[in-house]
Amino acid sequence: MNEVFGIPIQAFLGQLLLGLVNGSFYAMLSLGLAVIFGLLGIVNFAHGALYMIGAYVAWLCLEKFGLNYWAALVVAPVVVGFVGVVVEKAFLKHLYKLDPLYGLLLTFGLALIAEGVFRDQFGVSGQQYPVPELLQGATNLGFMVLPNYRAWVVVACLTVCLGTWFVIEKTSLGSTLRASTENPTLVQAFGINVPMMVTLTYAGGAALAALAGVLAAPVIQITPLMGSNLIIVVFAVVVIGGMGSILGSIITGVVLGLLEGLTKVFYPEASNIVVFVIMVIVLMVRPAGLFGKEK
Amino acid sequence: MPSADSLLPGSARSGTMLWLFVLALLVLAPFVGLYPVFLMNALCFAIFACAFNLLLGYTGLLSFGHAAFMGSAAYVTGWLVRSAGWPPELGVLAGTLAAMVLGTLVGLVAIRRQGIYFAMVTLAMAQMIYFICLQSPLTGGEDGLQGVPRGKLLGLLPLDDDRVMYFLVLAIFVAVFLGVVRIVHSPYGQVLKAIRENEPRAVSLGYDVDRYKLLAFVLSTTIAGLAGAMKTLVLGFASLSDVHWSLSGEVVLMTLLGGMGTFAGPVVGAFTIIGLQNFLADRVGSWVTVIIGVIFVFCVIAFRKGIVGELLAWQQRRRAG
Repeated sequence: MNEVFGIPIQAFLGQLLLGLVNGSFYAMLSLGLAVIFGLLGIVNFAHGALYMIGAYVAWLCLEKFGLNYWAALVVAPVVVGFVGVVVEKAFLKHLYKLDPLYGLLLTFGLALIAEGVFRDQFGVSGQQYPVPELLQGATNLGFMVLPNYRAWVVVACLTVCLGTWFVIEKTSLGSTLRASTENPTLVQAFGINVPMMVTLTYAGGAALAALAGVLAAPVIQITPLMGSNLIIVVFAVVVIGGMGSILGSIITGVVLGLLEGLTKVFYPEASNIVVFVIMVIVLMVRPAGLFGKEK
Repeated sequence: MPSADSLLPGSARSGTMLWLFVLALLVLAPFVGLYPVFLMNALCFAIFACAFNLLLGYTGLLSFGHAAFMGSAAYVTGWLVRSAGWPPELGVLAGTLAAMVLGTLVGLVAIRRQGIYFAMVTLAMAQMIYFICLQSPLTGGEDGLQGVPRGKLLGLLPLDDDRVMYFLVLAIFVAVFLGVVRIVHSPYGQVLKAIRENEPRAVSLGYDVDRYKLLAFVLSTTIAGLAGAMKTLVLGFASLSDVHWSLSGEVVLMTLLGGMGTFAGPVVGAFTIIGLQNFLADRVGSWVTVIIGVIFVFCVIAFRKGIVGELLAWQQRRRAG
C-alpha cells in the first residue's frame, strides 16, 4: 500500500496536510469575519490586510527587536488588536446606520492604504520567516513524515477556533455578545456598554487575523499582497458556509482547505479555482449557504 | 438620490445646453494639445463606469467583480484582432458578446444572493475568471497580449491615426451615455429604481425582480465589455491588470467619487481617477495605491453623494432657499 489512486501515499498525505493547514487559516479568518459581521454588520475587507500586518509584525519583531516567534504570537495580536480599536473608533462607527455596502467599501479603502504603505516600506518581494527551533524537523509516523511546524499550526488554529466558539456560545460574555447582535438597544437598556463591546469585538477579530498571520509566517512568503489574495478565497468560504454559525464557518473552512489539497493532488491546474467552483454549486443548490438561514 | 441631472439652475433645457458644451469641449480637446491616448483611455473608463453605475446607482447592486467582464472582452478582442487577424469592428463586437455571455452566466449565479453577499459572490467569481485568464495559453500569462494592431475600421478608416481613433471612441461613448439615459428613463429603468428603493415591495407589486436584475446585470456587463474591447484597440494590449480585482475596486471608486445614481457622476469620476493616476504615476510610485485608498475612505465617510451629487444637492438647496 504505497499508492492511492496511482499517487505515492507520502505525496498524497503531504498535500492533504497542506490543505489542512490552509483550511485552518480559512477557518480562523472566516470565523473572525463572521463574528465582526454578526455584531457590526460590516464585511471586513481589511481582514486580509490585518492578517498581512500580523505576519509583518512577527517578522519585524525578529529582525529589529530580536523578539522570537513565541513573543510574536502575543505581540502581533495585541498590536493589530490596537489598530482594530483605532479603526473602529475612527471610521467604522460612523457607518452602523448606513447600508452595509459602505462598510465593505470603507474597509476596502483601508486595505488598499495598508497594502500601499507596506509595499512602499518592504517592496513586493517576499520575506522569509524561520521556523522556530522547537518546531523544526519532522516526525516519522511510519506511513508518512509529518513536519512538526505544520502539525503545530493545525492544532493551534483549531484550538483557537474552538476556544472562540466556546467563549461565544458557552460563556456569559458570549451570551451578552449574542444578545447585542440580536437587539443592541435592549441590551444597552440593561446597562451594558454596547459600543465598547462593538469596539472590542472588532479588535478581537483583528487580533485573530493577526494571530493567523503569525502562524502562517514560517510556511509562506510574507508579502504585502498575501492578505488580499487570501481574503477573496475566504469570502467564498463565507458565502459557502453562511455567516450565521460560528461552528459552521470553522467546519466549512477546514473542509474546503482539504478539498483544495485533494485537487492539488489530482488536478493541480484547478486548485486555484476549486473553492469558487464549489461556491457556485452551493449557490445553485442552497443559496443561503450550508449553515445559513434563509431570511 | 437625485435622478434628474440638470447641473445648472433652471429648466432641463439649460441642462441640455451644458451637455452640448461638454460635448463641444470633447470634440475640440485633441486639437488643443490634450494627449489623445489619455483622453481615449479616460473615455473607455467613463464607458466602464457608466455601465457600472447602471447597476449600482440605478439598481442598487454592488458588483465587486466588474473588471472580469471588461478584462475578458479585452482579451477576446485582443486575441481575435492580433492572432486571428480579425478586422477591428468584428473583434470589438465579439469581445462585447463574450462579456455578455459571461455576464449572463455570472449573473444567474450572483442574483441568487442579495446585498453584501452579492458583492462577495461577484468578487469570488471574478477571481475565478482571473485565475482562468492567468493559466490559459491564449492570454499570454503575465505578459498579456502585446502589440494588438488597430487596423482599419470597415476596411476604410485608418484607426492608427490617433484622431480617427479618438472620434470613434468619442462616438461610442456618446452612444453609451445616451443609451444609459434612455434605459434609466424607460419604464424598465423605473422598475429598476423601484427594486433599488424597496425590493420586497417591487416583488409584492408582481414584478419578477430576478429577471429585471439579471437583465440589468447583463446590460451592465455587456457595456463593460465594450469598454474593455475599445481599450484594447486604443492601447494595443490586454493584460492581467484588466481582470484584476483592484480594477473592480477602481470602477466602484470612480462611480462613488463622481456620484452614483447620477448620469454625469461616473464620467466625472472616471476622468478624475484616470487623470490622477496619470499625474501621480511618475511622481509618487507605490503611494498611488495609498492615495486611492484614502480617497475611498474619505468618500465613504464624508462624501457619499460624490462630486455631481453634491453639486445637485447644492443647487437644490439654493433653489429652495
